[in-house]
Amino acid sequence: MASNKALTQPAAVRDPMEPHPFVIERFYRETTDTFSLHLESADPLFTLNFKPGQFNMVYVFGVGEVPISISSDPGNPKVLIHTTREVGVVTRAMHKLKVGQMVGLRGPYGTSWPIDEAKLHDVVLVAGGIGLAPLRPCLYHILAHREQYGRVVLLYGTRSPEDIIFVKELGKWRSLFDLDVLITVDRATEDWRGVVGVVTRLIPRAPFDPGETVAMVCGPEIMMRFSVQELIQRGVPIDNIYVSLERNMKCGVGHCGHCQLRGEFVCKDGPVYRYSKIEPLFNEREL
Amino acid sequence: MTDLEPIIAENPFFRDFSKEHIAEFVGCAKNVAFQNGEHIFREGGPASFFYIVRHGSVALDVFIPGKGPVTILTIEPGEPIGWSWLIPPHKWHFDARCIGTVRALALDGNCLKAKCENDPEFGYRLMSRITQIMEGRLTATIIQMLDIYGKQ
Repeated sequence: MASNKALTQPAAVRDPMEPHPFVIERFYRETTDTFSLHLESADPLFTLNFKPGQFNMVYVFGVGEVPISISSDPGNPKVLIHTTREVGVVTRAMHKLKVGQMVGLRGPYGTSWPIDEAKLHDVVLVAGGIGLAPLRPCLYHILAHREQYGRVVLLYGTRSPEDIIFVKELGKWRSLFDLDVLITVDRATEDWRGVVGVVTRLIPRAPFDPGETVAMVCGPEIMMRFSVQELIQRGVPIDNIYVSLERNMKCGVGHCGHCQLRGEFVCKDGPVYRYSKIEPLFNEREL
Repeated sequence: MTDLEPIIAENPFFRDFSKEHIAEFVGCAKNVAFQNGEHIFREGGPASFFYIVRHGSVALDVFIPGKGPVTILTIEPGEPIGWSWLIPPHKWHFDARCIGTVRALALDGNCLKAKCENDPEFGYRLMSRITQIMEGRLTATIIQMLDIYGKQ
């Protein structure tokens, strides 16, 4: 009897590896190789609440699963947006899905941006390329609770003007008086009237008090490495700098070890880390 | 001439210079203004001045045949443009195009070089400052070449 009890799973406990069905409500092409899926739960009673910086495992039925950060507003979890680039078999198949079709979601997984620790501080968000997507929920949260934060600055760098994502929203954010948005591109033609140069060049002249700042950095690792160096040089305390790592996440719950980085399971212990905690790993080669 | 002194003293480029050395810069400097789209200099032209942007932005363009001008860097307020005045054959390597109205300090390269010859300490400090700027630009160029947004 005892062994039977142990094998019997209560009906209310769901297998953590079982995806929830979500319907594609909208497909939006951000750039030539980047797109956003707007998803709603097929079960109207189910809501997937999340914190800024967390990710879901998105399952294209019959093809496979990939980890994608949630890029939507945590204050409106009924609509989940996932923004990704077409880089592999699953995301290419995802890109071919139509509105009304379904995907499976498991999550949310991982650690989140330090929105509570950042209260009463200046906040600097440094995003590179598609790294703006995991930071967007953080910005939504800050803007919805604007009085709790000091100066807020978004520094965003991309390869070219054509690679900028969330174009309309960036335009809206730039018009806000209580948010500084600085955008730079690596190269541009004459019709671009903004800044040209790498995102690190924005850090020395961005309007924030370095000693009282919490910085959150997201993008390719090499971009984060140079950005962190520049933030430290500007005077931001190393303990106030956070980065989001991306590794080969598979299970999302720290079991399979695909994303293991020495003693860290990035899917569970990350993806958002205090930089001082992972500095030795961040600068280590051959990982 | 004296009214340029506070402008120069407040500019971050001149932050570590003594009062005496600021006065040396004042003797070689003038205020200049350019219209939107105007070129401060063009590739191949003689490089006899260098500039510190005070207002507006300046795009450094490279002309690519078949593609036209491509902007590789913008210079923002407080930043200097150009060290070709210092290095033979003293010709500009890029086009410098104004984005919006630009106000800048123009410093006469020959005047500065003469002061460097006469006052080695001044020369050493100026070269140190320019080397810092060059190092920053070189690092930024290396990061740009790495195409850091390319993979994620």
